[in-house]
Amino acid sequence: MSAAASLSVFAVELAYWQQTAIKLVVVAIVIPTAALILGYVFLLKMMSFMQSRLGPMEAGPHGSLQLLADGLKFLQKEDVFPRRADRAVFALAPAVVLISTFLLYVVLPMGPDAVVSGLDAGLFFALAVASLSVIGVLMAGWGSANKYALMGGMRAAGQLIAYELPLVLAVMGVVIQAGTLDLNKIVVAQATGELFGWGGIGFPFILTQFVGFAIFLVAVQAELTQPPFDMPVAESELVGGYQVEYTGFRFLFFFMAEFGTAFAFAGIASVLFLGGWYVPGFDVDSNWLNLVGPIVMFVKIMAVSALIFWFRFTFPRLREDQLQKFAWKVLIPLSLLNIVMTGIFKVFV
Amino acid sequence: MSDFLRSYLTVGIFALLAVIMVALMLTLASVLRPERPQKQKYISYESGVDPVGEGWSQSRLRYYLFGLLFVMFDVEAVFIFPWATRLETYGVFGLVEMAIFIFILALGLFYAWRKRVLQWV
Repeated sequence: MSAAASLSVFAVELAYWQQTAIKLVVVAIVIPTAALILGYVFLLKMMSFMQSRLGPMEAGPHGSLQLLADGLKFLQKEDVFPRRADRAVFALAPAVVLISTFLLYVVLPMGPDAVVSGLDAGLFFALAVASLSVIGVLMAGWGSANKYALMGGMRAAGQLIAYELPLVLAVMGVVIQAGTLDLNKIVVAQATGELFGWGGIGFPFILTQFVGFAIFLVAVQAELTQPPFDMPVAESELVGGYQVEYTGFRFLFFFMAEFGTAFAFAGIASVLFLGGWYVPGFDVDSNWLNLVGPIVMFVKIMAVSALIFWFRFTFPRLREDQLQKFAWKVLIPLSLLNIVMTGIFKVFV
Repeated sequence: MSDFLRSYLTVGIFALLAVIMVALMLTLASVLRPERPQKQKYISYESGVDPVGEGWSQSRLRYYLFGLLFVMFDVEAVFIFPWATRLETYGVFGLVEMAIFIFILALGLFYAWRKRVLQWV
C-alpha cells in the first residue's frame, strides 16, 4: 500500500492497469506478511509469555522464522482428499474464504490516496464481503464429508449470523457521526473534527462511540471464530472443526485468511474509531500522509490486534447457547440503543 | 468507463487475484510434494477409529429460528444505513421517523424474547 502511496507523492501519472498491477502486487505481499506478523507477535510470542513459557525459540532469532518454517513444512505435505469428500466443494472452499479476505483489503485506506479502491459505500462493502467467508466455511464443512467438519461448519454459520448483526449495528453510530460510508471520508471527518472547539488532535470517534467500539471488537472476535467464540473449531472437542480434513497449503489458506482478516478488521476498527491514518499537524490531504499514514495505521492496527488477541488468550470458551444468548439479548439491544442515542446527540447537540 | 464502474472492476480483479494466488501456491506445492497413495489415507478422520455411517450425518440444527430472525433484522439493518448517512439533513424529522422504526424493530426482538425463541432448545 505504501507503493501505491508513493505514486501520487512523486506525481507520476500511471494508467489504470499499471496502478492496478502495482496494487495487486502490494496486497498480495501485504496479506501473507500481515498474517505472519500477527501470527508471530501474538499467537506465538504474546500467548507464550502470558502462559509463562518461551514459545518457539529455534528457527531464527527468538523463533521469528518459525511460521516460515511451518509454511515450508506445509509445502511438502501430500494433498489428501478424503475418499467420500465432495471434491469440487472441498477444493474451492479455501479459495472462497481467501476471496473474502482479499476483498476486505480493497477498501482499507492507508492514506488519502493510498487505498486500492475508495468505494463510496466502502464500509458497507467491507461488512458485506466479511460475511462472505461463512460460505467458504460452510463449503469446507460440507465438502469434507466428516462429522466433525460438518458440525464445525454448522456452528460457524450459526455463530456468524448471530454476530453479523451487532457488527453491522455497532458501526452505525460512526456512520451517523461522519455522515458517510466512505472510509476515507470517515477519517477526514475525524481529522477535521473539534474537541470542545480545540482542533489539535481532531475528534477520534472512540470518544463518543466507545460502546460501538466494544461491541465491534467482540463481534469481530466472533466473526474470526477466535476464542472465546471458537466453538466452530474447538480443538479439544471437534479437533479443528471444518479444518479437520485439510492438509498442507489448503490448511494454510484458512490460517492466512483468519489472520489476514484479523489484520483487516483491526484496520477497519482503527479507521472507524481511532482516527485512521491521520496524524495531527498535517493537512488532511497532504501527500506526506500517504507515506506516514501506513506507518500510523500499522501502529494502530497492532494496538487493536493486541486487544483482540488479549481476549483470545485469556477468556474460556463460551458454550453455544451462551454465545447466542449474548449476541441476541445483550449486544443487539445495546447497539440499537447506541444508534438511537447517537442520533439524538447528532441532532440536538 | 466511468470511475464508478472502474472501482468495482478493481474489486473483481482482486477477487480473481485470490483465486490465482490459491492456484499458484497449489501448483508450486504440487511440484514439491510427494504422492504416495495409500488406501488408509483417504478414510475420513473420526478420532482414529473407522468412521461410523455416513459423513453427512444428521444433526439437529438448533438455531434455525435464529436464522429466520437474522434474515429479518439484517434486511432492516440495511434500511438504517442510508438514514444514518443523511441524518444531518433530515434533522428531527429523520430522528423521530427512525426512532419509530427502531422501536418496532426492538418490539419484534422483545416479542421473540417473550415467545422464548431466543431460548436454546
